[in-house]
Amino acid sequence: MPSDTHTIKGLKLVSPPLLYAVLLLAGPLGMILLFSFLPQPDNPTEATFTLSNYAEAFNDPIYPELLRRSLLISGAVTVVTVLLAFPIAYFISFHVSPRHKSLWLFLITIPFWTSYLIRVFLWKVILGFNGVVNSSLMGLGLIETPLQFILYNPTAVVITLAHAFAPFAILPIFVALEKIDRSLLEASRDLGENRLTTFIRVTLPLAMPGVLASILIVFIPTVGDYVTPEQVGGPGGTMIANMIQLQFMRLDNQPMGATLSVLTMASVTVIALILLVLNRPFLRTQR
Amino acid sequence: MTMITLQGVEKHYGDYHALRGINLDIQAGEFFSLLGPSGCGKTTLLRTIAGFEDVTDGTVTIDGQPMANVPANRRPTNMVFQSYAIFPHLNVAQNVAFGLRRRKDLNAAARNTLVEDALDMVGLDGYGKRAAHALSGGQRQRVALARALILKPKVLLLDEPLSALDKKLREQMQSELRRLQRQVGITFILVTHDQEEALIMSDRIAVMFEGQIAQLADPQTLYRRPISRQVGEFIGVMNILPAEVKIAVGARIAVDVAGLGPVMLTPDQCPAGAKTGQTHVGIRPETMAIAFENDTDTGNLIDGQVEEVAYYGDMTYYDVRLQNIERPVTISMKNLVGRHVLQRGEKTKVRWDERSLVLFKQ
Repeated sequence: MPSDTHTIKGLKLVSPPLLYAVLLLAGPLGMILLFSFLPQPDNPTEATFTLSNYAEAFNDPIYPELLRRSLLISGAVTVVTVLLAFPIAYFISFHVSPRHKSLWLFLITIPFWTSYLIRVFLWKVILGFNGVVNSSLMGLGLIETPLQFILYNPTAVVITLAHAFAPFAILPIFVALEKIDRSLLEASRDLGENRLTTFIRVTLPLAMPGVLASILIVFIPTVGDYVTPEQVGGPGGTMIANMIQLQFMRLDNQPMGATLSVLTMASVTVIALILLVLNRPFLRTQR
Repeated sequence: MTMITLQGVEKHYGDYHALRGINLDIQAGEFFSLLGPSGCGKTTLLRTIAGFEDVTDGTVTIDGQPMANVPANRRPTNMVFQSYAIFPHLNVAQNVAFGLRRRKDLNAAARNTLVEDALDMVGLDGYGKRAAHALSGGQRQRVALARALILKPKVLLLDEPLSALDKKLREQMQSELRRLQRQVGITFILVTHDQEEALIMSDRIAVMFEGQIAQLADPQTLYRRPISRQVGEFIGVMNILPAEVKIAVGARIAVDVAGLGPVMLTPDQCPAGAKTGQTHVGIRPETMAIAFENDTDTGNLIDGQVEEVAYYGDMTYYDVRLQNIERPVTISMKNLVGRHVLQRGEKTKVRWDERSLVLFKQ
């Protein structure tokens, strides 16, 4: 069958990156999974394979609390980012003339010219005790003492991550909006809907695949982010990745670190699947 | 009763004038067509009626109501888009019911009945659950029609609705649209660049060039008495011959036509106020004939030589060179029983009749 040779051709084409992905993604993933069933270093008497790491992860209150907090912070980052990204994507798609669209997209990617780490430090400078925000507000006489609730807490993590992931959220929504046939919006107006109801009944449902892509693109990596909480999170903003890093690097407890990694990935996978299922009606309509 | 009145409608995009002073009355229950080449402003005109374009100047009145400041969603018009604009996230029934959301007086059952009736009317009964992307072009077209007609608009606007369909389907939809229009009695306004489609379907046709209406007439008048050379050449095939008006006194108009010779024309063949001087006449290919030995038709005979032959099966088109004329004339002949097809280069006689000539303005 011709489709078979087609498939083979396709496989040949993707084989180098596929091999790379298998070696550098599937391999380490398998290792992490394996590690999570090994006994911890301070418990050498246990059997070769054990579930005690998982038992500990569920029973010690700190781990579920950290995971819950990570998911909540990521959720907040996702909501903030996507809510801010949508109007920007909408503006570029609907109100920027076609000639200037690529310029706008280019401008949006400018923050990426700076390394992620430097951007995190910059937010530290902006939000800090003697930072830009505080000195400006004090200089204007709006506050007497520096605001302390803006750095070293979950709010700072949300602000920093939302800024870092904004372009990732804007682009998929922009692409989805660009794909909407403009005559559909006119048809909706023609059939009696005003601007707002047209947006709700036509634009938004058709943009949902892009919105969902944005949600996943922001949510999945931010759950496991550890640089930002480390730098701007303070004690209240510590996330699960910081604990995983602690287990691997400081406590030399690879099995526990691996277990927490597996549990984090499992949570993210479950949430992503639930989102996909909920959005099935919108995803199915793509031609 | 007048359904739509356009007065001095202008539409400017910067320096570009898409519509220049359109004055038009469209009657209730009429099948009206806007016909013209692409870029003539016919779609812009339709969109000003629908409310998608603001007029730069002039007024649009629908059913006695001035439409300035009335947005598209509040106008008593519905549109069938060229792309059909079927909502891809909704199934057929949801598409058809889209505009019913505002009808608070309907319960779910009544709504379903309306949707089923509308689908039935366009021959799509039982397709309600079908996904929008699983439809063929012709079916999309029908869904778009049902979706518009279910709202019982005063005016249905059709923007080149048949141009994406293949020939067979297009012809079928033409007669079906005509039947639907008679059945529902709604005013239909069709935009098309296909002159044959306009002739077949319309009660009246407005031919547009460069943002202006060149001629507004019923199909027969439009075809037989085009007002200008441009209209004549746009509607079907027309031979254009140079001519000189020798005498123009009241009902006596004497014209010397290149290739055909001197003729007397009646006033209805001539533009109002024809005066002496150089101009052109038009004559349709089917009103001229190759004179075969055995036919007994009357008319003037003239010598010619066949330059090109195009055989269409039911018809043959000849390009025939006449004396004293630069371009050959096109003549169409039905391929009747016992009538042979001439060869290129054959000498022949051409029969023509001065009653089929149209004199154009200088």
